Amino acid sequence: MDVKEIIARRVAKELHDGDVVNLGIGIPTMVADYIPESVKVVLHSENGFIGLGPAGTEIDPDVVNAGGKPASVVPGGVCFDSVMSFALVRGGHLDMTVLGALEVDQEGNLANWMVPGKIVPGMGGAMDLVSGAKKVIVAMEHTAKGGKAKILKACTLPLTGQKVVDMIVTNLAVFEVTDTGLVLTETAPDVSIADVKATTEAEFSVAPACKEMSLG
Amino acid sequence: MANLATTADVSALIKDGMTVAIGGFLAAGTPELLVDNLVANKITELTVIGNDTGFPDKGIGKLVVNRQVKKAIVSHIGTNPETGNQMNSGDMVVELVPQGTLAERLRCGGSGLGGVLTPTGLGTVVAEGKEIIAVSGKEYLLETALRADVALVKAAVADKSGNLVCRRASANFNPVMAMAADLVIAEVDRIVEVGEIDPDHVTIPCIMVDYIVLAGKGE
Repeated sequence: MDVKEIIARRVAKELHDGDVVNLGIGIPTMVADYIPESVKVVLHSENGFIGLGPAGTEIDPDVVNAGGKPASVVPGGVCFDSVMSFALVRGGHLDMTVLGALEVDQEGNLANWMVPGKIVPGMGGAMDLVSGAKKVIVAMEHTAKGGKAKILKACTLPLTGQKVVDMIVTNLAVFEVTDTGLVLTETAPDVSIADVKATTEAEFSVAPACKEMSLG
Repeated sequence: MANLATTADVSALIKDGMTVAIGGFLAAGTPELLVDNLVANKITELTVIGNDTGFPDKGIGKLVVNRQVKKAIVSHIGTNPETGNQMNSGDMVVELVPQGTLAERLRCGGSGLGGVLTPTGLGTVVAEGKEIIAVSGKEYLLETALRADVALVKAAVADKSGNLVCRRASANFNPVMAMAADLVIAEVDRIVEVGEIDPDHVTIPCIMVDYIVLAGKGE
């Protein structure tokens, strides 16, 4: 299975029927493809609607997702302006947001909006999302190109949010961020705890009930 | 109450050095005709407020590519490499603002409020130099009001008095920008008679709007 698919499939299992969820760009967007039929979630799009759906055959320039790509508004969806959109974000009206990361650390700090001197795309809505969503999940490949650790003792890049991450899902492992640090709760099929230790800079404990990641 | 106008009519209203708020989200809901008019008129030294700087050939990006922007106050520049280039070379100042904070700063600017207390950006570089205020034991950043000299907004429909209806996800920053500018010019796809728009369906009330320019064939 493709590493991105592993991550997206595992994150999809965190969604509950009725949840209102914002999915970021990249791997987080793929999560929508693996939500079971029985679980109805409402997708929020920060450019101004709830009820984000996949693009149909007819392209409507006024209906795009937060990446500017064609999308649809599902029946029952609602459109609104940026003020309402971010009132929903900050006001605790989203059950969950799923974002990518450049770095995340054992305190739950997240960095995903700039690399000084290299690339400065901007934070967009990410700082609002991590400050307001009830649950923040980081969905990312476990290491960067060249095997460099992304789960660190302390982020080195400018932060998107301080102590905001609740869960980290990668192609190798699932961690929960607790008041006492990272807890490894799952490993991907054919991945050992030693494999996770070797690719993670952060300190973490292993949950007594640590199990294999279910991807079905 | 708004006046019907052409791009030629509104050309003289926007001058070098002004602060211009331009609606749109990655160019969806951007008044492209009004942006093209700024390009054609070579208005320079602009401070532009927008969600993002669009793409090199679309939205606010066209103003960046033509080096008309002195400063951009936006949440995202990643889709327009030219913005990054001019920022790195020092030709343009970019003030990056979290998207929800940008919306609230404009809302304050248009609503008679001095600022807003938000948790967004606490513990990040966004908080640098800003006042942190605790309310009921919880910390917030003080973000101050933002206004523009001119707002260029996009709507699907206008009536002849200037009531505007935005469509789907093209509303985004347009309504709040219309609140927060001294002069508001709206580009619309269709103009109808006064009374044809149901009062419940108006997105931007006519009292905000000064000029209506018909896009496309209306020119």
